[in-house]
Amino acid sequence: MGPNLLPNYGEAVAMILFVIGFANLLLQKNIIKKIIGLNIMDTGTYLFLALKGYIAGRVAPIIVDGVTEAENYINPIPSGLVLTGIVVSVSVTALMLSLTVRLYKRYNTLNLDEISTRLKKEGI
Amino acid sequence: MDVIRNFPAVSILMCIFAGIISSGLKGKAARKVNAVLMCIVTVLNLATLMYTIELKTYFVYVMGMFPAPWGNELRVSVMEASMALFFCIVMMLSVAGGIKKLGDEVADDKLHLYYVLMDLLLSSLLALCYTNDLFTAYVFIEINTIAACGLIMIRQNGRTIEAAVRYMVMSLLGSGMILLGICITYDITGHLLMSNIKEGMVRALEGGEYAIPVLVTITLLSVGLAIKSALFPFHAWLPDAYGYSTVSSAAVLSSLVSKGYIFLLFKIIYRVIGFDIYCDSRIIDVLFIFGLMGMIFGSTSAIRENDIRRMIAYSSVAQIGYIYMGIGMGTEFGMTAGIFHIFTHGATKSLLFIAAIGLTDVSGGSRKFIEITGAGYRHKWAGIGFTVGALSMVGIPLFAGFISKLLFAEASLSLGYKALPALIVLGISTILNAIYFMKTVIRIYTPVENSGYETVGFKNGRLYTVVIIAFIVLNVVLGVASDRIVDLIHMGLAVFA
Repeated sequence: MGPNLLPNYGEAVAMILFVIGFANLLLQKNIIKKIIGLNIMDTGTYLFLALKGYIAGRVAPIIVDGVTEAENYINPIPSGLVLTGIVVSVSVTALMLSLTVRLYKRYNTLNLDEISTRLKKEGI
Repeated sequence: MDVIRNFPAVSILMCIFAGIISSGLKGKAARKVNAVLMCIVTVLNLATLMYTIELKTYFVYVMGMFPAPWGNELRVSVMEASMALFFCIVMMLSVAGGIKKLGDEVADDKLHLYYVLMDLLLSSLLALCYTNDLFTAYVFIEINTIAACGLIMIRQNGRTIEAAVRYMVMSLLGSGMILLGICITYDITGHLLMSNIKEGMVRALEGGEYAIPVLVTITLLSVGLAIKSALFPFHAWLPDAYGYSTVSSAAVLSSLVSKGYIFLLFKIIYRVIGFDIYCDSRIIDVLFIFGLMGMIFGSTSAIRENDIRRMIAYSSVAQIGYIYMGIGMGTEFGMTAGIFHIFTHGATKSLLFIAAIGLTDVSGGSRKFIEITGAGYRHKWAGIGFTVGALSMVGIPLFAGFISKLLFAEASLSLGYKALPALIVLGISTILNAIYFMKTVIRIYTPVENSGYETVGFKNGRLYTVVIIAFIVLNVVLGVASDRIVDLIHMGLAVFA
């Protein structure tokens, strides 16, 4: 906290997004809202990475006009990491959604707590 | 024998390709592919272990064309190779032990998917063992999670799907934290390779201004992995997930999946953060306290349980607590004991799950305690297997569990203010373990008049007996040859960092 907060407002926003998503994923009862929370959480992380990877005034490291000094380019790895992360989170989201479809077909509700109480009543 | 250097990478890739091929095969063919794969991978890892023991240090396998600070690499030493070999052996035995039961548990048209998931799980476990790149580790953590989730829900009933959702939610919270931790680590140090990160960490801490970000990173990585490996307050998903999935899934999940994450935590402690920096942070006290609480609360929940599978599942919570107590001690001996307990718990818990299925099957398929009375007479080998597993978990000499308890007790003596709580909780936990395991053993050997129990689904197979005997041998070997294994762990830890 202090003088660095204002220049780094992007990172602060990313962290706030992360916490919002985390809390939603943890606390929501509705499975769809949980999944939305998951996506917000991941997006926060990617925003953080993308911000850290970008340096104002520099361009992506693709040499077009013979400029080879590293000072002119940004580090491409954070962008690569963001892409990888997006792929992972898409597949995880798809898996969660398919599980949700299964549960909804069986119990006609999206509320995880209600499903648990019903399961306890069923016995097995 | 430089060709052996390729074996770790080959074994990981072979698992992935076997998974891809199996997705297009019929169930039985996929089973054959899986069986052959596991045999080959076990042999490859055994060769790697032999090679590293001879080598006495680590070797690096560069993946792709780029050298150290940029490229991706595997790093192999005794520690990684022995853990990978152990994972392969336990997985092979667990799958073989549950193979007869699988026909009842999984629909025929889904059988090949089961083996696809097993192949992918093995590949991710091996990758978590061998990789030296933090982001690769993250990707394989996610593959591990997805495969484990599939293994839980492949037995289609309401319980397993609900358990899978709960498992996914907790796992994703953990992965989110790990991912953020990795991102901050990368921002602080500018590296993704573990050994380079450590140099960067030391440099970042010299200035003093990065103390808080480093602490945040350590916290995020440790808590994320603790959530994923079901340390005490985050264990709510565990009993359902282990209790209602197929028997091989339960054995593999409890003895391998959580251990993969814990092994990664060991790697992070030694190779990414650095042992001293990690021990100076207060996070190890937190892990220590939650480990102790897990040892007690896991056991008390197990005592209250009326269902044998769920009881064994709750016992896992206690055993995970032991390992985290070892980490929380923050000494070399504590870590050694923790790693030894990974072996112990892996070998014993899968034995218990496999034996429990034999006991419930000769009791009309019921898992309630009252129904399994005398089951030890109806199914001889399952009874013996369960007894051995129970004795090992309680900590009777000759079996593996005794050695890990001994190591934990020895390690706690040199601790100072942590020594007393560690010893007291170790004692209490042992008594609690004895209560619920011995209760079960006495029950399965209580003779009953009425022998009219129906035997369901269990064709008293020779394979099952072989698996039970192999698990018992594994347990006894861990218990008897513990000197060699502890030496091996010390040797591994010396070159681990």
